[in-house]
Amino acid sequence: MASYYEATARERLAGLLDPDSFVEVLPPTARLVSPHLQALDLPTAFDDGVIIGGATLDGLAVQVAAQEGGFMGGAVGEVQGAKIVGMLARARARDAAGVVLLLETGGVRLQEANAGLIAVSEIIRAICATRAAGIPVVAAIGGQYGCFGGMGIAAGCCSAIVMSEEGRLGLSGPEVIETAHGVDEFDSRDRALVWRTVGGKHRYLMGDCDVLVDDRIDAFRAALAHSLRAAGGLDLAAVEREHAMLTARLDAYGQCGDGEDIWRAMGFDAPQDVPMLATAALVAARQSRRAA
Amino acid sequence: MEKLRFHFDGGKVAPAATPARIVGVVASGNLEVLIEALPGDTACAIEVATVARGFGAIWQAVMNDFFARHPLGGVRIAINDAGATPAIVSLRLDQAVEEFTRPRERRHG
Repeated sequence: MASYYEATARERLAGLLDPDSFVEVLPPTARLVSPHLQALDLPTAFDDGVIIGGATLDGLAVQVAAQEGGFMGGAVGEVQGAKIVGMLARARARDAAGVVLLLETGGVRLQEANAGLIAVSEIIRAICATRAAGIPVVAAIGGQYGCFGGMGIAAGCCSAIVMSEEGRLGLSGPEVIETAHGVDEFDSRDRALVWRTVGGKHRYLMGDCDVLVDDRIDAFRAALAHSLRAAGGLDLAAVEREHAMLTARLDAYGQCGDGEDIWRAMGFDAPQDVPMLATAALVAARQSRRAA
Repeated sequence: MEKLRFHFDGGKVAPAATPARIVGVVASGNLEVLIEALPGDTACAIEVATVARGFGAIWQAVMNDFFARHPLGGVRIAINDAGATPAIVSLRLDQAVEEFTRPRERRHG
């Protein structure tokens, strides 16, 4: 079974979308590369690190964007951002059945400074506009570079997030926190700590991610199709429900210092074993706790 | 960045309707190779943008070997290189040609 984690952005699209349904917009032959990277004499990519276009996924007419984490850590520059924003506008213009974002990014491309920051804010605005138009926007996170920075906010604005255990989702990345607040605050080389804090399993238990899947492209495909069909709309009631959930969560776990403390508070008798649980066992454990 | 150009004549001309292909990623020690049919042309034109300056002679040797393996004509090959070794460059070029010349239907199984 093909690993989502190991695959490139193009390989993910090939495995996730219905065969031969994908039509790329602004493909590599358009050579729409970053003018900022050129000016800095840095390497460019012919697609500026993101692939956009239309396709069907399990029969649903979707618009998609897939970030390539290998190119500059998936960082968002002006061209990449404009491609994603344009894809979201296209989804609204065509009344698509949904939008799929394959996110793998450290956030803003620092070489592009304000242009990158503006690009990310435009993506966030476009995600909200697309959801407000009644079109679900579903994100998948399961690559090596995780999803951080402003794109972590963008992911949070989506209708649903599908993650694998290997995926990571956060605002400031581990190295950023360590640099800003010291190694005593957060040791970015402690991989177990990093995954207890931003990893897919923890995000799933916290309710930040909606579906946890094994690291297989076919598992992501099934979860994305399900999430597109199940996604609720964006209205005031939905936002208020989200805020109530966040308030309750802060009240329940705000004093916890570590993911393991939260899992204990959630009722896991052996929280130290949570990272070793198989995906299906973890999903069953969360569902039984929700029902209780 | 250093930009290099290579030109080969006498290859077997690819059908003009062959869709473009891209393989690889511009990541450290890696490269992307974009291969397109060049309708109305018979040459194999290769353009390289690389972060590693001063390796023109090695690129020429790698490209000579490539054209000996795959004497293609009517194609334009463009490379963005982030410091790949000659072996990686050769493998990516072979991968690009394989994708380019493979029949299109049921490509993803």
